[in-house]
Amino acid sequence: MKALMFGWEFPPHILGGLGTASFGLTRGMAKQEDMDITFCIPKPYGDEDQSFLKIIGLNNTPVVWKDVPYETLKERFGSYMDPQQYYDLRDHIYADFRYLHTNDLGCIEFSGRYPDNLLEEINNYSICAGVIARTEQFDIIHSHDWLTYPAGIHAKSVSGKPLVIHVHATDFDRSRGNVNPDVYRIEKDGMDNADHIMCVSDLTRDTVINKYHQDPRKVSTVHNAVEPISQAIADIEPIRNCQQKVVTFLGRITMQKGPEYFVEAAYRVLQKTDNVRFVMAGSGDMMNAMISLAAKRGIADKFHFPGFQKGLDVYKMLKSSDVYIMPSVSEPFGISPLEAMQVGVPSIISKQSGCAEILNNVIKTDYWDIDAMADAIYSIITYPAMYDYLRIEGKREVDEIKWEYAGLKVRKIYDQVLGR
Amino acid sequence: MKTICFYFQIHQPFRLKRYRFFDIGADHYYYDDFTNEQIMQRIAACSFLPANQMLLEMIEANKGKFKVAFSISGVALDQLEQYAPEVIESFQALAKTGCVEFLTETSAHSLASIKDEEEFCRQVKDQQQHIQRLFGQKPKTFRNTELIYSDEIGDIVYSLGYKTIITDGAKAVLGWKSPNFVYHSATNSNLKLLLKNNKLSDDMSFRFSNYDWSEYPLVADKFIDWIAQTPEGEQVINLFMNYETFGNLQPQESGIFEFMKALPYFAAQRGIEFLTPSEVALKLKSVGELSVPNPISWADEENDLSSWMGNDLQREALNKLYSVSERIHLCKDRRLLQDWKYLQISDHFFYMSTKQFTDGGLYKYFSPYDSPFDAFTNYMNVLADFLDRLEAQFPSDVDNEELNSLLTTIENQEKEIEKLEKELKKTAKKPAEKKAAEKKPATEKKSAAAAKKAVKKASKKAE
Repeated sequence: MKALMFGWEFPPHILGGLGTASFGLTRGMAKQEDMDITFCIPKPYGDEDQSFLKIIGLNNTPVVWKDVPYETLKERFGSYMDPQQYYDLRDHIYADFRYLHTNDLGCIEFSGRYPDNLLEEINNYSICAGVIARTEQFDIIHSHDWLTYPAGIHAKSVSGKPLVIHVHATDFDRSRGNVNPDVYRIEKDGMDNADHIMCVSDLTRDTVINKYHQDPRKVSTVHNAVEPISQAIADIEPIRNCQQKVVTFLGRITMQKGPEYFVEAAYRVLQKTDNVRFVMAGSGDMMNAMISLAAKRGIADKFHFPGFQKGLDVYKMLKSSDVYIMPSVSEPFGISPLEAMQVGVPSIISKQSGCAEILNNVIKTDYWDIDAMADAIYSIITYPAMYDYLRIEGKREVDEIKWEYAGLKVRKIYDQVLGR
Repeated sequence: MKTICFYFQIHQPFRLKRYRFFDIGADHYYYDDFTNEQIMQRIAACSFLPANQMLLEMIEANKGKFKVAFSISGVALDQLEQYAPEVIESFQALAKTGCVEFLTETSAHSLASIKDEEEFCRQVKDQQQHIQRLFGQKPKTFRNTELIYSDEIGDIVYSLGYKTIITDGAKAVLGWKSPNFVYHSATNSNLKLLLKNNKLSDDMSFRFSNYDWSEYPLVADKFIDWIAQTPEGEQVINLFMNYETFGNLQPQESGIFEFMKALPYFAAQRGIEFLTPSEVALKLKSVGELSVPNPISWADEENDLSSWMGNDLQREALNKLYSVSERIHLCKDRRLLQDWKYLQISDHFFYMSTKQFTDGGLYKYFSPYDSPFDAFTNYMNVLADFLDRLEAQFPSDVDNEELNSLLTTIENQEKEIEKLEKELKKTAKKPAEKKAAEKKPATEKKSAAAAKKAVKKASKKAE
């Protein structure tokens, strides 16, 4: 079984949860012996782990024929791409793209991020995908998230192979209902043309069925999982400077994540006890509003904003916490509470999060129920039995949520789509 | 001749209201009156009242040959008296027929038998008086909360004057033995044990209206046939179940009432009689001893205590609660004592069970909470407030003995004052002696005040 996957991010250079999920899922699937995965991303940095799959960078895919000598290519690509691959791709340029801005290799430049001209970048992505789809041999096409749906459709129409799309989020999650019509069009088009739709939670599945009017029979749920923690993470020493408890929020400070509910809950907890500090790590368009809200409530001395955290700092922050909280208004899945539980931090999550569907040993509250959230925080920091139970049982539970199992589910869907 | 022994359980907990941590110290009322009242009245209307009516008619129609027994937990009695007094009246009418036995249990439907022997004895005596007051009978048979039993509990119960105990026919204890005999305790041969016939009891209370069950529909003559077909020599079929089987667990339209009404007729045809537990214990001899070193109960597959004290949350809550039991008994504050009783109700701990993640149905059906963590948080918040109130009255840095002696002093002083005041009134008529008498109580009052001050001082220290 050979799958051609289109994605936007791949570790170690990631901007959000999409990259983490793409990595985990492909690695879990690679455990199946007969599984071959080719993963396309806009802009590889060269340090991606290619031990279990092949990565093709779209910024290295020629769309305009240029005569480039082998040595030059060898020099440019180093070890992460075979020059022969370039020539193979070059043989499959299917139209005259000289009107596009290309570089000396005949390739389009990608930012690999989420720039302002995102729609243009999505279109370019789809153009390059056409070249790859004509070059590569594969049984099935698998598109991750809406940015790559047009590429998937293109590849499907070129190759005639079935298309499976993976919905990591919809615009309804990102915008709290104020959907961008362009994004909706691309999403709906992708879903209409897909042979099967995989969603990361039942919550997302409902959205896909009800808001995008898809046939429930072709929509299934494949819950995300979590990578086992590495030795480097396990070795991190938590920082404990004071006897005070620490409650942590980690994520983009945007409307979707419900940061204001966390501040309000913190305010309630601090009215009763002062042996606790609150941390809101991350950045986003609501950060300044949150800083002023904390000040307005008079809890700024106990409420901290350390800013955006990267790599191992994330785990350092988690390990130094007593409670992890994710009050998301709408979260398609949300891997971060699983990561917190892995390092033994009790978590509070909103019922509107996809991961609430598979987690038992966490506290679930409605995102708007500030009282319940405050009560849960208070309970964990006050009653040691609660803290210990969630710490131990939570870790045990999350250690059993493996990408391998998710990979098997995806494989089943492949087989079903291919009629095998 | 085979015997059927019916015993019905009635229990409803006082569910706690949503009690957030910021209520601690601000709100001392813990119960969800609305839900409790609503549930009690609903069950009374759909189950208790029609079922009592049915039993009354059956007893009259069979001229004393049909007999049943009830165990009503103390907290359920409290609720019935409060929310549905007509149910108490109909039970009193049943009690008058002489064909209904009332059993004792713990007044709080608590786990005191496991955690606190003294409290357990107190609750049993309490319940005994309660039953006697309401129904005019002295209970002779004991039934523990959720049929929890072990050799040790048996000994305590025997020392309280009971010679018969009802418990579960747990496979783990019985092994190859049949529950359809009378057994006696391994540590006390005078203590008889009646064991629940799990299969037949559950056929009635859980499977009766289950379409997927291969024996559906269950009808009275088939059921009596099963009983008649038990091996010869098996003496007694103990059908122990929740009284809500009639009308609530099995809705009226399932035909459970008609089924029940038909039983005595078919039983008489096959020469099967009905007896109450204490009559069974009098009539039948024990066939052997039964050793139960570890406590059993009638819950789940395991028949153990894991539903109430299976995880750390439950154990912590129980330990915290019973850590103050010695202290609470010094207390005379009625509200505190009532809260102490209601906080012991086993259901609070049942709601914290994490077994619901694997086998959810039953827990989800009974629990008013979303999750065991929710249940734990709510309970611990209430408990924190309760402990604070107790602490305010009896600071923990004064040790119990000292406190006790101080309390005794105060009490004695008060008695003394009363006595002297009476004397004063008497002597008031004789003006000549008036002066001397007045002086005396004044000095006594002073010393009483001094003792009270000592207690206050101690409580200040605690702060």
